[in-house]
Amino acid sequence: MNLILLAVISLSAIGAIAALILYFASRKFKVYEDPNIALVEGILPAANCGGCGFPGCKGFAEACVNANFLDGISCPVGGAEVMTKIASVLGRTVEVTTPMIAVVRCNGSCENRPRTNIYDGATSCAVASALYGGDTGCSYGCFGFGDCVASCLFNAIRINPETMLPEVSEDACTACGACVKACPRNIIELRKKGPKSRRVYVSCINKDKGAVARKACKVACIACRKCEKICPFEAITVENNLAYIDYNKCKLCRKCVPECPTNAIHELNFPPRKEKIEVTEGNVAS
Amino acid sequence: MLRTFRIGGIHPPENKLSAGKKIKALPLPEQVIIPVGQHIGAPAKVIVAKGDTVKTGTLIAEANGFISANIHSSVSGTVIKIDDITDASGYKRPAIFIKVEGDEWEEGIDTSDVLIENTDASSEDIIQQIKNAGIVGLGGATFPTQVKLSPPPGKTAEILIINGVECEPYLTSDHALMLEKGKEIMIGIRLLQKALNVKRAVIGIENNKEDAITHLTELAIHYPGIEVCSLKVQYPQGGEKQLVDAILKKQIPSGALPIEVGAVVQNIGTVFAVYEAVQKNKPLIERVVTVTGKGVKDPANYLVRIGTSMNILIEASGGLPENTAKIVGGGPMMGKALVSPDIPVTKGSSGILILPKKETERRPVYNCIRCGKCVSICPMALEPYLLMTLSELCLLEKAEENAIMDCIECGSCTYTCPANRPLLDYIRLGKGKTGAIIRSRK
Repeated sequence: MNLILLAVISLSAIGAIAALILYFASRKFKVYEDPNIALVEGILPAANCGGCGFPGCKGFAEACVNANFLDGISCPVGGAEVMTKIASVLGRTVEVTTPMIAVVRCNGSCENRPRTNIYDGATSCAVASALYGGDTGCSYGCFGFGDCVASCLFNAIRINPETMLPEVSEDACTACGACVKACPRNIIELRKKGPKSRRVYVSCINKDKGAVARKACKVACIACRKCEKICPFEAITVENNLAYIDYNKCKLCRKCVPECPTNAIHELNFPPRKEKIEVTEGNVAS
Repeated sequence: MLRTFRIGGIHPPENKLSAGKKIKALPLPEQVIIPVGQHIGAPAKVIVAKGDTVKTGTLIAEANGFISANIHSSVSGTVIKIDDITDASGYKRPAIFIKVEGDEWEEGIDTSDVLIENTDASSEDIIQQIKNAGIVGLGGATFPTQVKLSPPPGKTAEILIINGVECEPYLTSDHALMLEKGKEIMIGIRLLQKALNVKRAVIGIENNKEDAITHLTELAIHYPGIEVCSLKVQYPQGGEKQLVDAILKKQIPSGALPIEVGAVVQNIGTVFAVYEAVQKNKPLIERVVTVTGKGVKDPANYLVRIGTSMNILIEASGGLPENTAKIVGGGPMMGKALVSPDIPVTKGSSGILILPKKETERRPVYNCIRCGKCVSICPMALEPYLLMTLSELCLLEKAEENAIMDCIECGSCTYTCPANRPLLDYIRLGKGKTGAIIRSRK
């Protein structure tokens, strides 16, 4: 009996002393953390994708709380909605950012771009790109090994098994930019999502001369400059044998799309074009 | 006990099919395509234009920077165009296209076979002549030779090491040169000794080339100061650091060059080119290329002009065998598969290896089983399995701490891995990225 009592008393005493030490230590070494950080972190999507440029959502929350203005920092995943919430919590204003989306600028499917050799090395775009120009005549285009797919935290990008090209899901893509960094050939670009997700872009990044590019791929930009000429808004520039559409200037008139002789300019999510009914005598008569 | 380097190394099947074959000079092609970037460093600056007439040995592109090399026309004829070609790795590179008309040489080039023994040239003259002739390391790294011959301030060369190791399986171009151009090589070594002001020169040769060892040892009797060192067959003994270790028993510190231990290493082919440049005033316009492979009808060593299409060489050896799956530029260990045989021979092309499907198939990749084979054979004492993982995960700072930049890309780890892991592929990738980070720090 005495033994049990002794054990209980001594253990309780040790426990009490330890508790005291811990209490004073926690008082002494207390780190003050702005309660707003936890609040902001609660609003964030907790994807920890790093798309904002900060180390994870906590890092972003700290940056938001510490910044005097919220201009220039934004959560690409949460978008305007989350940023307005953060702004209201912190009592600041935020400028509305335009929603962006990842765009794959290569249409060199197996059909369009004949294979000239077989690659049997490590299945990684980065490795293949460090080794050589690719298994087709185009040394700019997509390898199709899916480094972008592996980098995406939102399952928003997948390789289409038929074309062997990546496809971006409109709804799932948060424009965090991970795939842009993962692609060794800079094929993927973040572009303005556009009203009703309507976009016009050049789906090619081949900088070879027209004839060489055309030989390697049926749908390559051959830098004929037709699109540049027809664009009423000067949104298209042709540099280094490649056309580029500036999404800030583009008004989505789509005049360039039918003009492209190789169908390198793509339009997305537009309603089908109305067939132009040419007014001829026959038409009038009927 | 024969000498070799101390750490790691492997012994792949030698397969020296073309050993002992005489060097055959190929007839001039109809057209040559000479790329302007045939060396490590800045590509040369083109100084000819479309329509210009050039002679064999005319300077057509000049060195553009400290680490760069002159490029000369390898034939006489007319410049058809200066355009992009697809190089061995499938990328577009600028090159000069020359249509061959006759074979008229620049004045002052001695095209005879007469051996010129003595020279009055001073050390500076020799280095200048090497620079003018556009000589680069012909072992494959294509580092401009004159840069190697000018030790940085505070360092002096004490020994010249001549690399006659040719540790790559299949290749025999250096072997053939040693057998046929022994005297020229001896004079070339003399010239390099003079340029560097060193007394001692050692030729390192692996003992699978006994005829070359005997031949050069006999010749070396007449050239005091030059010795031949027979080495145990071990890959990658042809690497500078391994060769210095094998011959001098000295290890080069991480990140340093052989000059750190007082050595300068030059390849056999380079030595021969130096002889021709200094004694014959002949720029580097041709080289010996081995065409080999188990399916090849007539594996051989050819003396070809730079810019000749590899197709012509393959044709000369009996054409592509039917079951060809891969054509490799260089040896099987460090060579690179070519995207097409229709690319020109450059200063760095030591061989064309034609492999059938059976020998090239990659086996399925399994997880690392931690057997440690890659660690035990790495000649640079690295941990390839770890470096691969770090590169794959992009943990480049860790990779740098683990000395990824010391990797000499010999491929021994990939060769030896029982799980068939593409170790070198990833390490090379990580090395590239880490190198970029290190450069950006400066």
